[in-house]
Amino acid sequence: MPPVLDIDQIVKKFGNFTAVDNVSFQVEDGKFFSILGPSGCGKTTLLRIISGFLEPSSGSLRIRGEDMAGIAPNRRPVNLVFQNLALFPMMNVAENIAFGLKRQRCPAREIESRTDAMLERVGLTGYGPKDIAQLSGGQKQRVAIARALVVNPSILLLDEPLGALDLKLREQMKIELKKLQREVGTTFIYITHDQSEALVMSDTVAVMNDGCFEQIDTPRNLYESPASSFVAGFVGEANIFSAFVESQDPELIVRTSTGLVMRATAMQQMEGRECSLFIRPESIILMPDDNLEDLNRFELVVEAILFDGSNTKILAMQGDSEITVALPQNQQFAHIAVGDHINAGVHVDGCKCYSGEMS
Amino acid sequence: MKSKVSSGLFIFLTPVLLWLLLLIVIPHIELLLMSLQGESDLGEPIWTLSNYTAFFTESIYWYTFVRTAVYALLVTVLTFAVTFPVAFYITKVVPVRLSGFLTILLLVPFWVSELVRVYGWMILLRESGVINHFLLQLGLINQPVEMLYNDISMIMGLVYTSMLFMVVPLISSLEGMDDSMIEAAHDLGASKFVIFFKIVIPYAAPGITSGSIVVFMLALGNYLTPNLMGGKNSLWFTEQIYNEFIASFNWNQGAAFGFLLLLLSSCIIWIGLKLGRQQLGKALS
Ligand SMILES: Nc1ncnc2c1ncn2[C@@H]1O[C@H](COP(=O)(O)OP(=O)(O)OP(=O)(O)O)[C@@H](O)[C@H]1O
Ligand SMILES: [Mg+2]
Repeated sequence: MPPVLDIDQIVKKFGNFTAVDNVSFQVEDGKFFSILGPSGCGKTTLLRIISGFLEPSSGSLRIRGEDMAGIAPNRRPVNLVFQNLALFPMMNVAENIAFGLKRQRCPAREIESRTDAMLERVGLTGYGPKDIAQLSGGQKQRVAIARALVVNPSILLLDEPLGALDLKLREQMKIELKKLQREVGTTFIYITHDQSEALVMSDTVAVMNDGCFEQIDTPRNLYESPASSFVAGFVGEANIFSAFVESQDPELIVRTSTGLVMRATAMQQMEGRECSLFIRPESIILMPDDNLEDLNRFELVVEAILFDGSNTKILAMQGDSEITVALPQNQQFAHIAVGDHINAGVHVDGCKCYSGEMS
Repeated sequence: MKSKVSSGLFIFLTPVLLWLLLLIVIPHIELLLMSLQGESDLGEPIWTLSNYTAFFTESIYWYTFVRTAVYALLVTVLTFAVTFPVAFYITKVVPVRLSGFLTILLLVPFWVSELVRVYGWMILLRESGVINHFLLQLGLINQPVEMLYNDISMIMGLVYTSMLFMVVPLISSLEGMDDSMIEAAHDLGASKFVIFFKIVIPYAAPGITSGSIVVFMLALGNYLTPNLMGGKNSLWFTEQIYNEFIASFNWNQGAAFGFLLLLLSSCIIWIGLKLGRQQLGKALS
């Protein structure tokens, strides 16, 4: 069976500017696929190519094995949830949801039952006769998703649908969306610049930068072994140092510009002496056991404690290098105070080194 | 607290109420009284309905009345048909920075008074006018053709003078429409035709309603354009009123006609609002 979406070497140029640069990927049926990237990297452009609002400059796009070149948006089996929702204000909730079904000339009775079932699915039972203006932000969000989902698309495209919501609601909608996707089994392609949204919900995440895909992987792999310095910096938190290679044989040793010397793991072929070093806050071990091996050991001076419940960190100095360290959940280090000197260590695997200077 | 609010409201409403009372209500009461008066055979003023019965018995009055109403409706529809594509083009097709410029370009002719604009049309259309001149030069016609003083030229003139009042509300209502709404409808399987009738028109409905009301009332009450461009055959009801007041000096009859015209426009607008499921307050806000 062919993948539900097969994109091959898509390029999109606006004049001289290349917004999407030779992107290829496949999405398996029923998966939650996210495209994660900073603002302006070409996510919306790519999504509009998939939905048919833009023609690619070159490359091919297949949905369920069928070439989509020259097929208008209203004839493609994909539906889009717009960045700004684009609900129809002159229709009520039920009419909004029924709009796509009416275009398919469904019988009135079927439209009604499917609309009701969809409203129930998104938790808006009984909201059918309400006006769009009467809904809250989260409810509008659900109507927009229901409107696109009710026509049973092969792929549902979502363009930063949670962007306009406040933090609490966003957290809640994240979980709901994931649940909804699992229940309906539709393939979701989800665009976001928020790494936590992508990591929490997705089966697969593609990290996009400057029109290119840097890495396509599971959230765990993306976090644990980023393929490029961009991915390492963009996904999750990290202490980032620009550094120089001191020696490569038998193992990689780097010296940061702030004077820290570390044994590190090369994540790619090292070219030239310049490199960048990434250390995640949680991979730094406070007061490590003396017999742990392959550890870079150093002493930290606590500068500040950044209390944030389960996400509390300390900001510490090692010579001239500022390092953020995540505190373990147990209260083991609750006694630490500003100005304390603590031994710390980080495993060689936790020091990831990428060739070239930080961008 | 409550009385405070209402006294504040009163202060703001006073000028409006005064304006309404002095300029609209009092003259109309006067007009109503006048329309119900007549002269007895002896020349003495009496109360009578004869001014109204005259309207219903004299077929030329009837004919002019209905003709004016139908043509005013036609003008409204034509004005909408002409201006809607223009408004849509300005707001949705051209780049944003051009649309302001185009709007101003559209408004420029309306800085000139209606009289001058109508004369402009007459210079173009009359027997010795510009168009005839060119057609003769090109040898397409041998004899100058009179293009003025017929229903078509009159309707055209009325559409032209009304355009501004339709295009401005249309532009302002279409401007508020998010382009992604059109795309969303397209994405959900709607054809261009469906998008136009199910999304664009309903969205612009308040603008269409207010534009149509204004254009209809202006066309119905217009005197200048039918008179100048329609000539003797124009048979516009306002001319009938003018004749009664000025030519026949029969103010009582004129007042009755004026009242009938007011009733007519109110009725047609009410029916229009009902058919379009629009509310007057909403459309004009
Ligand atoms: N019609 C267009 N003409 C010219 N340039 C365009 C056009 N549409 C998009 N671009 C450019 O392409 C780039 C990518 O735009 P795109 O909207 O895809 O970004 P995005 O990743 O969706 O960003 P965001 O997260 O802010 O929505 C931007 O630099 C933008 O300026
Ligand atoms: Mg975007």
